[in-house]
Amino acid sequence: MIWTRKDLLGISALSAEEIVFILDTAAEFKDVGKRRLKKVPSLRGKTLINFFVEASTRTRTSFELAAVRLSADVVNITATTSSLAKGESLKDTAKNLEALAADLIVLRHSAAGAPQFLAERLEAGVINAGDGSHEHPTQGLLDVFTVRERLGRIEGLKVGIVGDIRFSRVARSNIWALTKLGAEVILIGPPTLVPREFERAGARISHRLDDVLPELDVVNLLRIQHERQKAGYFPGTGEYAALFGLNAARAARLKPGALVMHPGPIHRGVELDGSVADGPHSVILDQVTNGLAVRMAVLYLCASVALREEA
Amino acid sequence: MSRSLNIRGGRIIDPAAGRDESGDIFIADGIFVSSPVAGAQEIDARGLVVCPGFIDMHVHLREPGQGAKETIETGTKAAAAGGFTSVVAMPNTNPVADHPGIIAWMEERAARFGAVNVFTTGAITVGSQGDQLAPIGSMAQAGIVAVTDDGRCVQNHEVMRRAAEYCGLFGLPILDHCQDASMAGPEAMMHEGYWSTVLGLPGWPRMAEEIIVARNVLLSEATGTPIHCQHLSAAGSVRLLREAQARGVRLSGEVCPHHLTLTDEALAGYDTNFKMNPPVREQPDIEALLGGIADGTIGILATDHAPHAVYEKEVEFAAAPFGIVGLETAVGVFCEVLLHRRQVIELPRLVAMLTSNPAKLLKLDRGTLAPGAPGDVTLLDPQREWTVDREVFASKGRNTPFHGWKLRGRAVRTIVGGRAVWELAS
Repeated sequence: MIWTRKDLLGISALSAEEIVFILDTAAEFKDVGKRRLKKVPSLRGKTLINFFVEASTRTRTSFELAAVRLSADVVNITATTSSLAKGESLKDTAKNLEALAADLIVLRHSAAGAPQFLAERLEAGVINAGDGSHEHPTQGLLDVFTVRERLGRIEGLKVGIVGDIRFSRVARSNIWALTKLGAEVILIGPPTLVPREFERAGARISHRLDDVLPELDVVNLLRIQHERQKAGYFPGTGEYAALFGLNAARAARLKPGALVMHPGPIHRGVELDGSVADGPHSVILDQVTNGLAVRMAVLYLCASVALREEA
Repeated sequence: MSRSLNIRGGRIIDPAAGRDESGDIFIADGIFVSSPVAGAQEIDARGLVVCPGFIDMHVHLREPGQGAKETIETGTKAAAAGGFTSVVAMPNTNPVADHPGIIAWMEERAARFGAVNVFTTGAITVGSQGDQLAPIGSMAQAGIVAVTDDGRCVQNHEVMRRAAEYCGLFGLPILDHCQDASMAGPEAMMHEGYWSTVLGLPGWPRMAEEIIVARNVLLSEATGTPIHCQHLSAAGSVRLLREAQARGVRLSGEVCPHHLTLTDEALAGYDTNFKMNPPVREQPDIEALLGGIADGTIGILATDHAPHAVYEKEVEFAAAPFGIVGLETAVGVFCEVLLHRRQVIELPRLVAMLTSNPAKLLKLDRGTLAPGAPGDVTLLDPQREWTVDREVFASKGRNTPFHGWKLRGRAVRTIVGGRAVWELAS
């Protein structure tokens, strides 16, 4: 197929074919990472701006490293160093970045839809690195990449996503990616954090982890944030861990070969026990490694379209 | 100009007088009279509907303090271009209209710059903060026709109860933006449902409105003060209103064009021209609102005209202010939906919902063509086809969700006190 998007805003708009194309491209780039010389000249002379209006370490680092391995020039801008802190509008800031001839902008923003807002107004390609509770497409892609790499397929698998689904962009991108590729997605957590509306998106819902745990091929655990407790979504992390935490006793009931995943950062002892995070089911560090390859693929593909339009 | 007109040959619909017939209407020196006026300007209204001037009882004119969004001058010009001869200005200005001095300033500015009649409202509470009653009696003397904290909702039920009791002293209705703040938190941006879930935008549920409508049923019943529920959006609100009215409670409701035509799916592109408060909801809500119009539960049509500057709306969704303009599209949308597309009501009912019904609630000397009343007339062509173009709006606002819509039904001439203030270019 021919890739036609200058932007990656979310998984919901992608076809299954497009998702597979990104994964296949990422597999090729993963091989590059195993070489002694880890750099390819694909984006030489191109400028990528990592525009992170919301705090992030691992995603920003992963994008930066991905761009460097593609030989792009990278500039990092964070919320505190940008003019947004001085009251400049997102539109004006972005127009300024474009005036500096940025070819690609990787945007992390607290407002859902902010990457689309930029993409509609800029010639440059825009990659969503997480927008509010909307999507985190490269995380969704690296998760399915990891599952496919380990289990050889996506179709027919049962994937449980556990935790704060309501506010999670990772959950949304995973739901779209997995269901489009034919997996069954089971969302697990208290009713306050797992709204029924997700059934219309094609997911199954369960409020009892212990009931579904033995049938899962993959368990993806999401971070539980303390601010949700303050807002009344659940009474406390202790009770949460008792009901939904993946501890050693629960892990013992996993299928042999089942994968345990986490987008990080982990709250050890809350959603995931340390022994399980570091145990044989865990592919958490694979996710980090694969994130690099997936992001190289996304940057490479979107740049090829954004640059073609400029020509 | 003499402010005298002989309007001849139109279909006269005057719901206040139970009139629907072909005939002539006469205005002498700005007042309706019963016989032709010698030397008056002649207007040929054949093929048109001659209505009492339309009243929009929910308009944000943005003055004082927010002239970048709209002014009394531009807002009333937009009203005239939309067929409205009277607008009721909401008090959530800067400063909030919670004091007779601000009301007097508004009345004076409106007299100087208003293209149409402007009726003022005052805040229920000081600064619309919901705590302490505003000087409602003094504002009544200055000319307000109702009190409202629109844009906000008094959360303290005891304060609201005292406000309702106190308003009885002046015969003033309360207009309420029905919204429970704890269920529609500061982060809420749209209807809570499938689309808010997919888009990752915090939503607020129907219940946030319905709970306050239910509260208002109880408060109106207990105090006898009319409480009017503004811009209804949720199905359950209509049911609560219907049940209360059946018991004789003086509760009324209004509905806006967007809540009859749009659903939450419209927000899928994060277009801030679909961000309004209350939010557009789902098809069953539209059906319930249409049902409420059909059986008379909802008796008033209004716009919630809420202009914002382009730069304010052209931002990421979370940062955009709530609200859309409505004055220049409302009549077209109402005709399109209620008369043509769905045939919910007949034309006389539509006219009543824009004239005699709001006039009665607010005790205005308008909304009728009866001799002795001020000569406000809207000439309506319910079959006129046109396309919405926000670039030609008289309003400063361009924030409409209806840009490009093809509509059937439009006001073609707006007459205020015998003076034609707007006419559709032919």
